[in-house]
Amino acid sequence: MTGETVTYLEAIRRALGDAMAEDSRVFLIGEDIGRYGGAFKVTEGLLDRFGPERVIDTPIAESGFVGAAIGAAMMGLRPVVEFQFIDFIANAFDMIVNFAGTNRYRWGQKVPVLMRGPSGGGVHGSAFHSGNPEGYFHRAPGLKIVYPATVDDAYGLLREGLLDPNPVLFFEHKYLYRRVKGELPGSGHRVPIGKARLARPGRDLSVITYAAMLHVALEVAEKLAAEGIEIEVLDLRTLKPLDDEAIVATAEKTGRVIVMNEEPLTGSLAGEVAARVAERAFWSLDAPVTRLCCLDTPVPYSPPLEARYLPDAAKLEAKVRELLAV
Amino acid sequence: MRAPLGPLDPGAAAAAERLAATDLPKERQLELFRLLQLNRRLEERLTNLYRQGKVVGGLYGSRGQEAISIGSAFALEPGDVVAPLIRNLGSMLVRGVTPFEVLTQYMARGTSPTGGKDCNLHFGDLSRGLVSPISMLGALIPVMAGVALASKLERRGFVALTYIGDGGTSTGDFHEGMNLAAVLEVPLVVIAEHNGYAYSTPTGRQMKIRDLAQRAAAYGIPARIVDGNDVLAVHEATRRAAAAARAGAGPQMLEVKTFRMKGHAEHDDASYVPPELFDEWRARDPILRFERHLLAAGTATRAELDDLAARVDADLDADLEAALAAPMPPPERALEGVYEPWPGSGA
Repeated sequence: MTGETVTYLEAIRRALGDAMAEDSRVFLIGEDIGRYGGAFKVTEGLLDRFGPERVIDTPIAESGFVGAAIGAAMMGLRPVVEFQFIDFIANAFDMIVNFAGTNRYRWGQKVPVLMRGPSGGGVHGSAFHSGNPEGYFHRAPGLKIVYPATVDDAYGLLREGLLDPNPVLFFEHKYLYRRVKGELPGSGHRVPIGKARLARPGRDLSVITYAAMLHVALEVAEKLAAEGIEIEVLDLRTLKPLDDEAIVATAEKTGRVIVMNEEPLTGSLAGEVAARVAERAFWSLDAPVTRLCCLDTPVPYSPPLEARYLPDAAKLEAKVRELLAV
Repeated sequence: MRAPLGPLDPGAAAAAERLAATDLPKERQLELFRLLQLNRRLEERLTNLYRQGKVVGGLYGSRGQEAISIGSAFALEPGDVVAPLIRNLGSMLVRGVTPFEVLTQYMARGTSPTGGKDCNLHFGDLSRGLVSPISMLGALIPVMAGVALASKLERRGFVALTYIGDGGTSTGDFHEGMNLAAVLEVPLVVIAEHNGYAYSTPTGRQMKIRDLAQRAAAYGIPARIVDGNDVLAVHEATRRAAAAARAGAGPQMLEVKTFRMKGHAEHDDASYVPPELFDEWRARDPILRFERHLLAAGTATRAELDDLAARVDADLDADLEAALAAPMPPPERALEGVYEPWPGSGA
């Protein structure tokens, strides 16, 4: 550890800079990431440090620059794509799902590309600047998906993602960018892809979650601890491949499971996690496995509407009490 | 089995224009001829297999367009990288893909290049400078811009080349990829095959311009229009375009005019194509034209060409026999190879 306290955003910037310094094959490509430093300033300073061939500004063409990153990755480079907002990943869906995700299976060609971008709501960004796209990609074979909630994981998962030879989607929660702080880990820190983290041990009920909702879960767990209710919180960190072992272990331990995430309820990743709990830990359950997700609507703009849309501490607390009453 | 080429059709001979000048030595020209023959005769065998039900998926041919794939790929250096499309079997043959690979791939055998996991020409091999085609047209333009970007960033000196059809130029990916390649000034060569039809849609329903080359102007990319049924012209134009790209002049485009002499695929009888168009373009058949050129220029004798074609046929017979004997894949293989293995760094 470094003893230096940084934001979640700074941890991502440091991880990019450290990876670029250690491996000359790593380069960044995206919109306004050079002189401007990116819409959220994640890449600020990296152009001066590494030059325009390592920090490449592109035209507004998500499919184009994702395709180019895939091509460069096949030739042995380690591109890092930045989406200005993760919502625009929709424009590159074909490249990611049909090309990057299938190449290894179809013709043995690895595609070591990492794609990252600011995700999630709570900042009044409305329908096109607040989305969480993991559900669209979760069923696509060949991809890995990570979504850190802490400084430690943001740094460690990004460094690990740049070693993994597969296409990695690295989602960053923009609500956490400057709100979450922690000690910057040393440059050798890596977090394995595919391993969840037990964020808080407990006995009475499990909340399985990730990203911004992790912090909601921890807040509720802390509050209810005063009443003697012990909530276990599992931070998935990696969404694909899911850590089945950790999911089943916490379900078997507490017998009550809430899966909480920040996607519209229908078709969300929470459903997949709940299905795994039901299939593999059913006989340990004392209550129905339950999902707590967003409304099945586009992300609304006005604060009261967005608050209604998102899961929050009050909604989780109510759901916890409901399940404990079973 | 010996299948001589037969006498020249007098009508076709009269319609044949002269081919472009070339400085290719005789052996290289004969190799071009051999590859053209291999392309066509391999596809004829595939058609037979399709009719026998041995091709388990669709069959897509390049009849009438063989000179484009072969002439262009033949102009590249060994380290260059090619991304073919479904009608570029010839490019793959130039890069060393074997008929056995193609036959087993179409027949979904376990020993095919993808082990039965993918169909038709959907395979690649970077050790031979080949990127796999993808069905989504236009997608390979950005991807190959990125392959070319790797060459530029690492100063590796290779050129990336890919193909697009007239229909494919309507896609957003074509636009994004061409524009990106131009702005990044990468060594990319794009061969736009104007073959008259995108599946059943004629070019006139696809765009309001006459020449695909006009599209290149919008990106600031130099483009030339080439007779796609003249293998020597395609070869020479590609050689120049690749040299310019290699020298740092940025992406280059060729529009090659040609005609698709069959339906979109074997299941398509192309009844929507006026028969006189087929007649007109049959007279410009790229293989017969090249053959006449070789004979008229005294580059080869009839006996030499017959002998080459006969050897192609004999080799194909042996390949076909071996491919027919190849096993289907074990079902459990369906589970394998989604991810590149990676143990992870540990916590």
